[in-house]
Amino acid sequence: MPTILMPALSPTMEEGKLSKWLKNVGDAVKPGDVIAEIETDKATMEVEAVDEGPLSEILIAAGTENVKVNTPIAVIGEASAAKGPAAAAPEPVAAPVAAAVTDAAPIIVATPVAVADPDIPAGTEMVTMTVREAIRAAMSEEMRSDPDVFLIGEEVGQYQGAYKISQGMLDEFGDKRIIDTPITEHGFTGIAVGAAFAGLKPIVEFMTFNFAMQAIDQIINSAAKTLYMSGGQMGCSIVFRGPNGAAARVAAQHSQDYAAWYSQIPGLKVVMPYTAADAKGLMKAAIRDPNPVVFLENEILYGKSFDVPKVDDWIVPIGKARVARPGVDCTIVSFGIGMTYAHAAADKLAAEGIDCEIIDLRTIRPMDIGTVVESVKKTNRCVCVEEGFPRFSVTSELAAEIMTHAFDYLDAPVARVAGKDVPMPYASNLEKLALPSADEVVAAVKGVLYV
Amino acid sequence: MAVKSAYLARKGEKGSKGEKGGKGPKATDLKNSGFSAEEEINAYRDMLLIRRFEEKAGQLYGMGLIGGFCHLYIGQEAVVVGMQMAAQEGDQVITSYRDHGHMLACGMDPAGVMAELTGRRGGISKGKGGSMHMFSREKHFYGGHGIVGAQVPLGAGLAFANRYRGNTNVSMTYYGDGAANQGQVYETFNMASIWKLPCIFVIENNRYAMGTAATRSTAVAEELGKRGEAFGIPAEQVDGMDVRAVKDAADRATEHCRSGEGPYILEMMTYRYRGHSMSDPAKYRSKEEVQKMREEHDPIEQVKARLLKSNRASEDDLKKIDGEIRDVVTRAADFATNDPLPDASELWTDIYVNA
Repeated sequence: MPTILMPALSPTMEEGKLSKWLKNVGDAVKPGDVIAEIETDKATMEVEAVDEGPLSEILIAAGTENVKVNTPIAVIGEASAAKGPAAAAPEPVAAPVAAAVTDAAPIIVATPVAVADPDIPAGTEMVTMTVREAIRAAMSEEMRSDPDVFLIGEEVGQYQGAYKISQGMLDEFGDKRIIDTPITEHGFTGIAVGAAFAGLKPIVEFMTFNFAMQAIDQIINSAAKTLYMSGGQMGCSIVFRGPNGAAARVAAQHSQDYAAWYSQIPGLKVVMPYTAADAKGLMKAAIRDPNPVVFLENEILYGKSFDVPKVDDWIVPIGKARVARPGVDCTIVSFGIGMTYAHAAADKLAAEGIDCEIIDLRTIRPMDIGTVVESVKKTNRCVCVEEGFPRFSVTSELAAEIMTHAFDYLDAPVARVAGKDVPMPYASNLEKLALPSADEVVAAVKGVLYV
Repeated sequence: MAVKSAYLARKGEKGSKGEKGGKGPKATDLKNSGFSAEEEINAYRDMLLIRRFEEKAGQLYGMGLIGGFCHLYIGQEAVVVGMQMAAQEGDQVITSYRDHGHMLACGMDPAGVMAELTGRRGGISKGKGGSMHMFSREKHFYGGHGIVGAQVPLGAGLAFANRYRGNTNVSMTYYGDGAANQGQVYETFNMASIWKLPCIFVIENNRYAMGTAATRSTAVAEELGKRGEAFGIPAEQVDGMDVRAVKDAADRATEHCRSGEGPYILEMMTYRYRGHSMSDPAKYRSKEEVQKMREEHDPIEQVKARLLKSNRASEDDLKKIDGEIRDVVTRAADFATNDPLPDASELWTDIYVNA
């Protein structure tokens, strides 16, 4: 009897909500019939039957959240002992293929270590929020308070966002301020930059930063350089945002990390948050900043939850790093999704008695090298971690800066862990090899400690 | 509705309707184009300022006082002057790197523009932009862009801001026959049309993209405005050597944009007498071709002849204007050659606006 499994409906989907059954037990089902609706990390999708026969069993009740990919959800065919709809949601079953999906994206989901953030006053109430919700909340708050702010990009409106970042915003702000564009990055980026020259404050969403390469001339030659070329007259208050870097199994053209590219340009600011609190606070700061800000997000982080301070106007200043975990033996510097490797490695090392301090850069340009140097002066050893290509990279820059400013404090050369110097492969095992890993960070830390 | 003239009727070209060897259409041929004496004089004065300014810039370049690239507008003066005659306060202008004429037509200070060409501290961009990169928020001039075609979506963005704010301003977005082959121009046409942006795309067709004739580089080169048809954007081909024809077409285009009908294309048939830049060997066209344009279609000579013929101005009146213009240009050149270089500390300013 054919069993219907919870389908994977996006490259990064690991689980989803079974929102609705459209067939009842006993109904005849033909191939192509829509039998259920599933809410993924990106959208609400319909599940179609592939087999023919009566729907004999519903294994997961409508409304069940966090159903793992490949969990059996229903049975089609003559049942010997048909049961009614499951009264309660059964424990999601981790099916073997689900493990493979997780394997494909070797993301170590470390529970964020609870560290008192010096920026957050003690006793501040916190709310749990995903990075996705944090970015949406930041944009919505800024749009409510400033009528010159608008969001423009592909599928930001009626589709509700390719990654659901702008979900619901069209309803609140209308199509004058949530603007769906044709697939034409070069053109709509130029239009947004022109609107910024005229004094508006556009938020440009790239479906991914890989597509922004089509528009990079407008980002660099127009947005970044015009203030200087105009002797300070023609500023450009604009945010370029969207998912950046590797997602999962989307291969070379959809997996590049652009942090180093944009950070090379005077006139641009580049931020790359890891936590939801930083995503929200930095997004609000980016929208208010009178300069062009490249805001690099990560598809895999969108669904991760973090504590966000419940304050009226949560702002994280651009250009300020954060001590994410205090320690004394070795400094690990990272940013964005690289922080997942840093945290996982620090946990493993702690079990071996090695106490690492983790610095989350949060902003790549301008880089808060002072906070890094202060840490290195204390630990005398440093490992820099990023997912991007290793050559001419953010970690190359970090190593150079640390050598310049903390040479006398180093007891070992600065070590780097980055993506491999190859285009991103598709095969799951090769992809895993191309990305950094917590084990590589562990090895690097042991290397600089000579243990 | 295209305005045809002798210049448009280039020998052997399809669609030629103008009279051969004519001196351009008479004022009575043009709807709304009977210039008043004041308009005729102002057009003469504004075009002459550009001509004399550019001649001086060429001279300073030759003396080594202006560096880098320097693209002169000589021959094309009627285009921007005629367009600006149809502008209202707040209308934006944006163009490519052949931009000195546009700045002067927008009312920017000739001394500031010339001092920018010489890279001095009193330049419009404090000496940090040069010939191709000057801007004035006050005069609604948005550059001055060195990347061919990049100003086209930027100009549509200015129009987008007008529509967003609900005002009646229009963005006058200039580009050349060379930029007409950039993909972003057509990405922009598409969005300008679907969003009904108040944008006039002014194609300054001077026949040569650097050294490549439009006929060698461009499909259906005889009518670049036709490319708007696929996007539902109305277009006109205009005798860009005749300031009255330009003003006449600009009136129709601005009215169309201001009434919320969306973008409009004006293809200005024009000609530059000088090379693409100062370092142009000019091997791609004959001296005779240039000479013929100067003799038969010069935009300033056309106005001058009309003024004298109609007795709206005497030779002495025009000489007086010429003298005033020469003084303005001389003062600009003096300032631009005597103003000090920027202070070294300027290297590090204007990279970011302080948040």
